[in-house]
Amino acid sequence: MTDAAILSVPQAESLFRRNLRDFRRNRLAMASLIVILVFVVMAVAAPLIAPQDPNETDLLRRLQPPGWAPGGDWAYALGCDGLGRDILSRIIYGARISIFIGLAVIFLATGVGILAGLAAGYFRGWVDVVISRVVDILLGFPYLIFAIGLMAMMGPGLMNIVLALAYKEWVIPCRVVRGETLAVRELEYVEAARALGAGPRHIMWREILPNILSPVIVISTIRMANVIILEASLSFLGLGVQPPTASWGSMVSDGRAFILEAWWVSTFPGIAILLLVLAINVASQGLRDAFDPRFSE
Amino acid sequence: MSVLLEVTNLRTEFATRAGLVRAVDGVSLRVARGECLGVVGESGSGKSVTFSSVMGLVRSPGRVAAGTIHFDGRDLRGLAPEEMRAIRGRDIAMTMQDALTALNPALTVGEQMAEVMIAHDDTLPSARGARRSAIRDRSVEMLGLVGIPAPETRLRQYPHEFSGGMRQRIMIAIALTCRPQLLIADEPTTALDVTIQAQVLELISDIRARLGMSVVLITHDLGVVAEHCDRVMVMYAGQVVEEGPTDQVIGAPRHPYTRGLLASIPRPALRGQPIRPIVGQVPDLVGLPPQCRFHSRCPLARQGCLVQVPMLPAGPGRQARCLRLEETS
Repeated sequence: MTDAAILSVPQAESLFRRNLRDFRRNRLAMASLIVILVFVVMAVAAPLIAPQDPNETDLLRRLQPPGWAPGGDWAYALGCDGLGRDILSRIIYGARISIFIGLAVIFLATGVGILAGLAAGYFRGWVDVVISRVVDILLGFPYLIFAIGLMAMMGPGLMNIVLALAYKEWVIPCRVVRGETLAVRELEYVEAARALGAGPRHIMWREILPNILSPVIVISTIRMANVIILEASLSFLGLGVQPPTASWGSMVSDGRAFILEAWWVSTFPGIAILLLVLAINVASQGLRDAFDPRFSE
Repeated sequence: MSVLLEVTNLRTEFATRAGLVRAVDGVSLRVARGECLGVVGESGSGKSVTFSSVMGLVRSPGRVAAGTIHFDGRDLRGLAPEEMRAIRGRDIAMTMQDALTALNPALTVGEQMAEVMIAHDDTLPSARGARRSAIRDRSVEMLGLVGIPAPETRLRQYPHEFSGGMRQRIMIAIALTCRPQLLIADEPTTALDVTIQAQVLELISDIRARLGMSVVLITHDLGVVAEHCDRVMVMYAGQVVEEGPTDQVIGAPRHPYTRGLLASIPRPALRGQPIRPIVGQVPDLVGLPPQCRFHSRCPLARQGCLVQVPMLPAGPGRQARCLRLEETS
C-alpha cells in the first residue's frame, strides 16, 4: 500500500459496493451483462426496432430464406416462417415474453421464498416443519411435468405461466434463505439486537435479511436462466403463450416441420434462447464470484 | 441507596442430552442505584447466564426455572414478552462479549443507533425531518461521548471500517443511547488489548458517574473489578460463593475459591515464585449433589463439608458460602 492510501480518510464503502466493484472487474461477466442489456433493450423497444409487424402473415414470403441466402430479402434479414412472418421481428418481440416471464417468476418466487425461508429459519418448530415438508414434496416433482400439469389445469395465458413456474420455483430461494437464517440467527449481533429490545420482525428484516441477501441475489439470477428455458419448453410443447404471440419456444416448435428445407425457422430463435441463457449464466457466475465470500480472493 | 435490581434464588436450567444442567442455581443478588457490581468467575460459572436470565434472553433448551427478578419495583418474570422487549434496551441494556461480531455488518453504525431510538424513545419528534435530525444529533452526541473522533462521518460507516476497540465503544454507545438505568457489560474488554481495555473501562466508569446509572461488569479479571467496582460477587459452578465490598473481598477473601483465584494471579511482589493454580477441575454441572461444590478442590475441605452450604455472613455487608469461615478470617 502506498503512503497516500494509508493516509487517505477511509471512505464509507459497504460490502455491497465492494462486491459490485469486484463484479465490474470481471470482463466476461461484463460482456454477458451487455448481451443481457441488448436483449432487454430489444424487449422494451420492440415496436421501434422491429423491421416488420411480427404477426403479419404473407403467404408469398412463406419460408423465405435469410437476407444473405439466394432468394432472401434484407428487409426480412433472418428469413420468414411457415406463415411468411418475419423471424427477426418475432425474435425481437419474443424477447419480451422470455424476459418478462423470467423476471416475474423470479421476483414472485424470491419474494415468497424469502418470507417462507425467514419464517422457517427464525421461528423453527412447527412452522419450520410445515414449510420444510412442503419444500421437500415440491422438490420431489419433476419441474417440467409439474408445470405442464398446472398449465393443463389453469389453461394457457401469460399470468398462468408465471404462476405455474413460480409455484415450484420459490422452494429454491426458500431453502437458501432458511439455511442462511439458521446460521445468522445464532450470531452475536442478533443476540445483541435482542438485548436491545428488538422484536422478531425487526430481527428478521433488519438483522438477518440484509446479511443473507447476497446468496439470494446470486441464486435468483442463476435460476432466472432456468426459468427462461422452462418457459421456452412450455411454449415448445404448446402450453405456453398462445399464438399468434411470438415466443421463442413456440417459434422453435413451429420450425420443426420444415427443419430440413428451412433450417432458419427453428435455428434463429434457438440461438436467441442460447445467447440469453448463456449470458445470464455467465453473469450470475460473475455475481457469485463477487458476492460469495467463498469465491472471492 | 435504593435497590434497582433484586434477584432472589434464581435457577436457570438447560435440558441437554447428558441431563439437566443447572447453569444458575439459587443465585441472589442486589444492585443499588448508581452502583457498580463486579461479577467474577471462570468460564461456565454462570455469570453470563445469570444476566441473560435477568434480561429474559434465555432461549430453549434453557429456561428460568425458579426465582424472582425485580427491577425498579417491577417483577420481570411476570411480564409479557412485549413488555419485556420494551424494557430491554430502554431501561436495561446489555453489551455482548465479542465486540467484533456484535454489530450488524450490513448496516451502518448510524442506522444501528437510530433503530434503538426508534424502538424505544417516545420523545422523538414525529415530523420526519425533525425526527431525523433529532436522531442524528443524539447519535453524534453518543459517539462523541464514547470518544469516537469525527462522529458525523463515522455514522455513515460500516462496522468493518472500525477497529476492535472502536467497535466495543460503539456497542457501548448504542447500549447507552436510551440512557438505561442499568448497563450490563458482559466481558466488555475480552477482545481488546490492554491499553484499549483500560480506555473502555474508564469510559464505562466515567459515563456511569455522569449519567448516574448502575453497572454490572461481568469479567474474569479481578484486577478490573478491583479498579472499577463498588461491590463484587464471585461465582463458582452456578452459585454465588462470595459477595461483598470490593476492597474487603479482594483485600481479605473469605471463601477458599476467592482465595485461590487471588493467589493464582501473578504479581510483581511474588516474582520468582511459581504461580499457585487452583488444583482440580470445575465439577460437571449435570446431576450435582446438593453439597459444597468446591470441596473437591478445596484445601480446607473436611468430611463435614459434604452438606448443602448456605450463604453465611462473613463480616459487615459480606457473605460467603463456606462452613470454614472461622479458618479464613
